[in-house]
Order: sequence, then structure tokens, then C-alpha cells
Amino acid sequence: MAEEMRIVLRNYGKINPLKIEDYMAQGGYKSLEKAGRMDKEALIDEIKKSNLRGRGGAGFNCGQKWSFAYRAPGDEKYVVCNADEGEPGTYKDRLIMENDPHTLIEGMAICGYAIGSKQGFIYLRGEYPQLINILNNAISQAKAKGLLQGFEIEVRSGAGAYVCGEETALIESIEGNRGEPRFKPPYPPSEGLWMKPTIVNNVETFANIPVILEKGAEWYAGIGVSSYPGTKVFTLTGDINNKTFFEVPTDTTIREIIFQFGGGIPGDKKFKAVQIGGTSGAFIPESLLDTPVAFDDMSAIGAALGSGAVFVLDESRDIVDVTTRIAKFFEHESCGKCAPCREGTARMHELMESVNSGNGSMKDIALMQKLGNVMSIACLCGLGQAAPAPVLTTIKHFAADYNAKLM
Amino acid sequence: MDYKQIIASYADKPGGLIEAFHAVQQELSYVPVEAVAEAARAFNVPASTAYGVATFYSMFAVESRGKNVIRICESAPCHIAGAADVVAALEKELGIRMGESTSDGQFALEYTECVGQCQATPVITINGKPYLDVSPGKIPSILAEYK
Amino acid sequence: MVNLTIDGIKVSVPEGSTILQAAKEVGVKIPTLCYHPDQAVKANCRVCVCEVEGNRLLPAACAQPVMEGMVVKTRTPKVIEARRTILELILAHHPQDCLNCIRNGNCELQDLANEYFIRDNPFTLKVRGLKKDYSTPSIFRDPDKCVLCRRCIDACSVVQSVNALGLESRGVNSMVVPTMGGDLMDSPCVMCGQCVHACPVGAIGEVEEIDKLLAAIADPDKIVVTQIAPAVRTAIGEEVGMKTGDMPMEVFVAGLRQVGFDHVLHTNFTADLTILEEGNELLKRLKEGGTLPMFTSCSPGWINFCETFYPDLLDNLSTCKSPQQMFGSLVKTYWTDKMGIDPAKIYSVSIMPCTAKKFEASRPEMNASGYRDVDLVLTTREIGRLFRMSGIDFDKLAPSSFDSWMGAYTGAAVIFGASGGVMEAALRTVYEVVTGQTLENVNFEVTRGITGVKEAEVDLSGTKVKVAIANGLSNARQLMDQVRAGESPYHFIEIMACPGGCIGGGGQPITKVNAKRVERIESIYVEDENCAIRKSHENPEVKTLYDEFLHEPLGHKSHELLHTHYHDKNKKYL
Repeated sequence: MAEEMRIVLRNYGKINPLKIEDYMAQGGYKSLEKAGRMDKEALIDEIKKSNLRGRGGAGFNCGQKWSFAYRAPGDEKYVVCNADEGEPGTYKDRLIMENDPHTLIEGMAICGYAIGSKQGFIYLRGEYPQLINILNNAISQAKAKGLLQGFEIEVRSGAGAYVCGEETALIESIEGNRGEPRFKPPYPPSEGLWMKPTIVNNVETFANIPVILEKGAEWYAGIGVSSYPGTKVFTLTGDINNKTFFEVPTDTTIREIIFQFGGGIPGDKKFKAVQIGGTSGAFIPESLLDTPVAFDDMSAIGAALGSGAVFVLDESRDIVDVTTRIAKFFEHESCGKCAPCREGTARMHELMESVNSGNGSMKDIALMQKLGNVMSIACLCGLGQAAPAPVLTTIKHFAADYNAKLM
Repeated sequence: MDYKQIIASYADKPGGLIEAFHAVQQELSYVPVEAVAEAARAFNVPASTAYGVATFYSMFAVESRGKNVIRICESAPCHIAGAADVVAALEKELGIRMGESTSDGQFALEYTECVGQCQATPVITINGKPYLDVSPGKIPSILAEYK
Repeated sequence: MVNLTIDGIKVSVPEGSTILQAAKEVGVKIPTLCYHPDQAVKANCRVCVCEVEGNRLLPAACAQPVMEGMVVKTRTPKVIEARRTILELILAHHPQDCLNCIRNGNCELQDLANEYFIRDNPFTLKVRGLKKDYSTPSIFRDPDKCVLCRRCIDACSVVQSVNALGLESRGVNSMVVPTMGGDLMDSPCVMCGQCVHACPVGAIGEVEEIDKLLAAIADPDKIVVTQIAPAVRTAIGEEVGMKTGDMPMEVFVAGLRQVGFDHVLHTNFTADLTILEEGNELLKRLKEGGTLPMFTSCSPGWINFCETFYPDLLDNLSTCKSPQQMFGSLVKTYWTDKMGIDPAKIYSVSIMPCTAKKFEASRPEMNASGYRDVDLVLTTREIGRLFRMSGIDFDKLAPSSFDSWMGAYTGAAVIFGASGGVMEAALRTVYEVVTGQTLENVNFEVTRGITGVKEAEVDLSGTKVKVAIANGLSNARQLMDQVRAGESPYHFIEIMACPGGCIGGGGQPITKVNAKRVERIESIYVEDENCAIRKSHENPEVKTLYDEFLHEPLGHKSHELLHTHYHDKNKKYL
């Protein structure tokens, strides 16, 4: 039986987030101190060996990313924390920042040391104004104790743009611009914020760093699935008994998350579908529930681990209606820069509305499939590429629900 | 404080345009185009660029709106938890439709996407403060805090 | 060098090249829409996507750098489906009124729709029904047609540093709008029309006024007189299927007579006149300690720019009206006197490479003749339409020469059409006036070409005069900031609003690439070389004008008819 394992949420409920002493009493900032004594390359190697992969969505090897920025020439480099968690149904980064802000700050400071950066930014989504003070309080406490060794961190607020979770859009937003993704290459580790080498990592990714240094890469690499080791925080929403969060090793299966940790479906209702990774995630039917949540296993079934949101629908739910709502989300959140996303998200929503209201035909379904396939390979950034996934996967796995609504 | 002073206090922050807009909104609940122009000068960007920024982010409004901004999450988890009923209750209680402001300038009603409080859906926020597990019955008492 | 294959063809290109560049090397045509060869890569239309082996995604050829061993496929079913779907999406949001569109037959989107034979668009046509903007006399905007490629924004900001255009909102609601979402007239727009060249479709164009000309021609009480700006001839041939520069002047004149102009005169006449007035103004300022550096004032886009962004430097502007306006005030005074015609009957039409000239002619102060000096300004493109409508076969047309009086000109006037030309023309005259010596080599090569900022020093009998030339307003800004800071080493500065000068004007045949501007410049200098007289002060008709009418440069009559003043535009948002 799978068990919860708290790494990034290790201090949840145990410390007062406003008191640095509490964090230090749990061993906090020892890893930063340890890192400071390490050779930078050795430090980055250690992170690489842990095989920690980004918890943001792309799942890139963290240490490898750091090594690019470390090797990139230039005196001015930046460490950026992506705290723009905008995936509906996700609030794990908030949990970390709200309950243990110092673990994030320590993780960022370690990264700063490793790549040779003196300036960090936390890009906090605009929907979390209540966290600004918590973070600033933690930063000033750490500075006052001289722990950051000249590494500065500034909190910047987003202002309601899901696309800013995309790292280059986020960078644009910190620069004070419209949050529109840049085309890549160049990638941020070589040209990022103000065109300087920049590491953008998610809150959860940074929160892992102090623990990896404390307990060693080997220890970390042994947790969960070896290709995507460690833990993942899941937030459970929708038709689920325990509407809460869990941190579990990555070899946990979807079924365990829903039925063991989540306590199953309320009432006597049966499971219908689950959407994992946020609103851009695939909808998964019963038959695929035994897939481990790890990144590559999820990719193999056409899904994405993404943010770790777990959105459960029971048998009574109208999945076409839910998907229509999701299509509206993407129309609203497309930045509008690239044509297939700008026009495609709006058309997808229009077609879904038509089908959902009983005015659709098989032709519309076929058109959505064609459009979705094109968007998923031709859009400029991950938003447009992922946007059709809910439509495509529900058409694939829940065709009967669509057919029932056709003219 | 008037918006010129507010903006001036952010002018030395590289890329601080968005921070400055937040601060202006805190005071005025929206960013008038004059403030957009002022920010353009302060941050040394063209007015057309600053306007492009102000109109990109869903939290910013360049047109006047009610003092207390009520935002109702309509993302999927809130959607299936009954966000539509909350919308109907708010519209009825305030006598306005989504996207409008009350005539006394007290409230503005807007949709938002997920605000990250999904442990207790549906969720609304008022001036950024989240209210959890909202149901139509709770609306009058929530609004009373702001009346 | 990087080696790759594109559609099975091996190609080696320098590191940092894009797939699009590499494909061009081997003759593989990849469609583009937002791509503009002289602008930064945008990669937003995604029409140029192609397949790269080992990559799940289809990268945009315009932005994707080549890599060693890369295997690119540009015409697989997957690629074709993606491109067609993207085109369908764009077209379903675009008015289907190609037949009535100003860019009918000269539209990049229309071409793509044709190449990809978009017939039954599966997406429902949804046009937003946005308000057309006819607030300026020069340029209109039809936002419904905008495909959001952002090339106009680039032209307005990067090339011109005017920044009158920007984005509003996001997603499917995003739009290109003038500053603060208002009308173009309220924005800092200088009406240079470079956005028109940049636009791949008909979302921005010149305000068309051919009907006004046709009405004047049809009116028996009106005598329709026209002037042709120096830069028009070199480009007009492009409008009627000829190569750049191939339309001989006499054939052009014959064409204008065919479409109904009663008198065909030449702005070159007043270009020569400008040199005498402006040259003397410069000498006066140098002698009497007037405001320096003096700026040229022929380019109305530049005047708008100076009045908008540098109102503190208006005293530096030469008070000379532009050649168009000098011509306008003389045609209804001097010329009508000479011809014995009632000036009230004159309908004065100028043919200009410029959109800003339409605005200039409408300025309320431009009525020194007692009438509106220039009644109508038509762009080169509008004249092209008129020619095509008239069905003139230029190969068979018998040449015709300009009317006498105000039709004579020198090579110095011809080169007004290219950046550096006014400066060179001025130097040819000023040198001789100051030194009293004959200038043997009239060619000042250093002032020529499309380089953004050029400078030169001329020795006028011991006085060293430093001059600078800028074309394109971002380049002008560099010189202006220097002047504002009190650090300008120059005495005389020529500014042309448009890249390359008037040959690249906003009213010229749609020119996507700077290479075309260079071609036109070459044709201008050939025309200059072929002129018997190449110095403005040797223009015999201009001499007569002074003898009979003006008496002296900067004299009383000149002041009244040929000079003007400027205003701070006081734009609300810059």
C-alpha cells in the first residue's frame, strides 16, 4: 500500500512560517551552508545525480538546466522562481509558500550560488496577494541573519494571465511586458531575463533542493520511479471524498491517489474520468488508472503529470459540458500571439459550445480533431500545444457522451 | 495618494510597470489611461506599449469599475461545484450582470479563472481576498462586510 | 557551416541560419505571412511550419535555427494540413471582400489562400465588425482585416520610433490599435505610411481620393494642374508592370495627359527653388548666428515627427515650405498670372510618393495663394490605379514633355527623391554661391545610399560646414537627441521620414523589402546623370521666377508664399 512521503511539505504544520527560527530548528539553511562549501560543479553534479526533474510541467532535468546557466558566459545571471501556478485545481505551490517559505528561499539561494547569480525573482501569481507578505518577511529574515550571502530575492506579482506559467512569458512579465512567450531557442539558461542566463524553476522544484543536499542525491534518486524520482504533491478536486492534498512518491498509481488517498467517489456513484495535471491535462478513463503518476509513464498514455492537479468526475457528470468549460478557459487565456492558438482556442470553444448545446454534428467532432491535432504540433508555446488535449482525449475515451449530444 | 506619486515610487524598479499598475489599482480599483500614460513616462516606454500591458492582464481594467471587485472562479473544479448558482445569486443580490458595476460604484462583478483555493469550491474573491465553499445562501453576509 | 537536408536536398549554410534561409538557398519555397525580411523574426503566424525528423512539434521555419544533420521536410501531409488549417483559421476571421479591398491582387493572405486552394472553409466566418478609422487624411485602418502579424507595429516602433501602434487586450480579442485604443489622429502617428508597406493585407492603406480627381476632370469649369514629385517616376513603372525606373519621364507625362490633366508641371521646379531659398537661409543663419543646426523641411512625415516629439527644436527647422507647398502657392499666383488664368478655376493636384503629403496639403496655414494651395494629393499607388483603369499601353504611348513654366528642372531636383539628395543639391549650390567657383564634380557620394545616418564635412572657402543626413525616423531621433542635448556638431541636417528617402515613401508601390528601395535610389542617380543641368541655381525657369516675381531669395514675396511656421502638436499620449 502506497504511503504519503513529505519532502517539499516536510515542515507543513510543524513550523510557524513567519519565524525563521522554526525553520532553522528543523535543519533549515544547513543545506545552503553546505552548498556554499561545495565546488559549484560538484554541487550541480549532485543535483544532476539526484535526477530531480522540473515539477513545472516540462520535466527537464534540473541539474542539467543549472549546468547550462552555469556554463553560459556573463556576470549577470538570474534565478527565477515560477510561482504562477495557474492550472485550475492546483494549489500545491501555495501550500509550500504559505507554510514553509524558507524552503523555497533556501532552494533559490542554492541555485544562485551554483550558477553564479546574485539576483532572484519570485514571480507570484496575482491571485495570491496574501503570500506577498509571507515571502517578503521570510526574505528579510534570511537576509537579516546573513544567510543569503548577498543573494537578493524580489517578489513580483502576476496580474491574471495563465500563460505566464510558461517560462518565457513569465520572463516577459517580470520585464514589465505583455506575458507573451518567446520562441525558443534561445532558451532561458542562455538568454532569459533581460537576455541574461536565467534559471526558471517551479516552487516545488526549488523546495526539493535543500532536502537533496541534506540527504544526498543517491537517497533522492531511490525514491519513486527512477526516471522521475522523488515525490509529487497532488491536489484533489471534483468528485472525491478527500478534497485535499497529498505528497506521494512518483511510483504511486492514479488509482491509489483517487481511491486510497482520495477516499474514492462520494455517495454511491461510480468513477467516470480523471483529469491530471491541470486543465490542459488529458482525461483518463477507468482502464488507465493503474498507470504510475511519474512523468514518462503519464506521457506514454498521452497524459501529463503537469501540476499534479487531480480532477475527478463521477458517472453523473456531463463530461462534454465540463470540456466545453475548459475550452472557454483556453480561449480566455490564450495570449493571442500565435495564430493557431489565438484563433484555434476560440474555434475549439465555439465548436464545443455547439456540440454541448445539441447543435453539433459528426463533422464538428472531426473538425475539432483536425484542429486539435494541428494545434498540438504547430502552436508557438506549450499553452496552445496542450490546449486541445482535454477535447481530444474526451472525444477518444468518451465518444458515447459526445454522440449522445449530436443533432 | 495620487497615481503620479504611486507610479513614481516604482519607477526605479526595472520592469516594475506591472507592480505600479497593481499599486494604482489598490487605490483606484482600476488604472485610468492617464495613469497608463504616466507609467509609460516613468518607465520610459511608449504609451502604446504600456497600454498593451495594461490591457493584457485580466486583473487590470483601464475603465472605471466598482470599488470592491468581486471575482467568481469559473474554472472546471468550481464550475462543477456550482459556480453558476453563485453567479446567479450575486447578480440577483447586486442587481447587475457579470462584467458590470453597481450604480453606487461599490461593486464590480467579474469572472476569473482558478484562484488556487480548490480545496473548498466554489470560490470567489473580493479585492483579492478569497471566500471558500461559497453558496448562494452565504452571499448576503459576505457582501455585508463591504457595505 | 552547418549541413542539413531539406526535402532530400543537401545544403550547407552558416551557423545561426534559419530553416527558411537554408530552404531559400536550395530553392525550396516555404510560405510566410508574419515574416518580413527587414524586420525581427516574429514566428507568430505559424504558416511556415515544417517537419524536422525527431521532433514531435512542427517548428516555424522563420525562427528555427539549423542544426548539423537536421532533416527537414517542408511538404509532408502533416505540414500541409497544419498550414491549411492555420490559413483556414485566419481566413475565417477575415472579411471575404477581396473584390473591394485596396489590396486586391496585391495581398499576401490572398496569395496564400490561392496557393493552398482554401475553398470551403470548415470554420464559420466571423468578422468582428470593428470600426474603420478614417480619422487622418492620409491613412485609414480597417481593423477587421488585421491578421495580427505585427509587422506594422515593428515599422512604427523599430523603424520609425513613433510608436503610434500597439496591442490591446489578448487572445482572440487582441487587436492592433493606435495609442490608448483611440483614433490614429489622436495618436502620435506622423502619417509616414511605413505601416502600409509593412501590412501584408488591407488592414492599413492610404486614403484614396481618385474620385475627387475624376470629378475635377469632369468639371468643365476646372483647370486641372498637376505636379509630380521627384521620387514618383522611378517607381510608377512598378504599378503598370514595368521594372523599377523603366518608365521614361516623357511617357509618364504623356500618360498623365491621357487621363485628363490639363497641365502637367513638375515639383522638381520647386525642388530647385527650395535649394535657393533653403541654401540662402542656411547661409544667413551661419552668417547671422541663427539657430543651428538647421533641419530640412521637405518631408511632411518628418515635420509631423518634429512637431510631435521635438517641439522644443522647431526653431531649427528651415522655414521653407516643402516643394509641394511652394509649388501649390506659386501655381495659383505666379503661374496663373503668367498664363492669364483665374486662380479660382485651378484644381491643383500633386502626385506624391507620400501619405503624409495628404495631411500637409490639408494644413490650414497652407493657403498663401488666397486659396487652398494644393487641392488634392494622390499617391504613386493611386496614380498607378488610375493608369490601370485607363487602360493605357505605355509601350505605345507617344512621349510628351512638361508644360513650360514650372516644368523645368535640374538633376539637383531629381535627387530630392533619395535620402541625401536635398543635402547634395544644397551643397552643389551653396558651394558655388559661397566660393564663387564652379563645382567640377557635382557628385557628393558620401551623402548617398540607404545608410541610416550619414555625415560629411564641406570646405566652403575656409569655412568648414558639417552636415548630417538621416533617413527613417529612428535614425533621425539619434540626431535630434544629440541636438537636444546641445551636443550636435552639425550645421545642417537633412531628415527624410522614410527609409531610403521619398523613393521609399508611404505612398509608393508596396515595397516589402529595402532591396527595392536601393534599386529605386540607383535609378534616381541615373536620371540625375542624364540631366544637362545639375545645379538648382542654374535652372533657367527658376532664374526667371526670381527676375520676374520673387526678386530675391528670402525676400518679401518668398516670405509670404514660400515659407511657413510650425506648431507643437501637443499630443496627449506619446
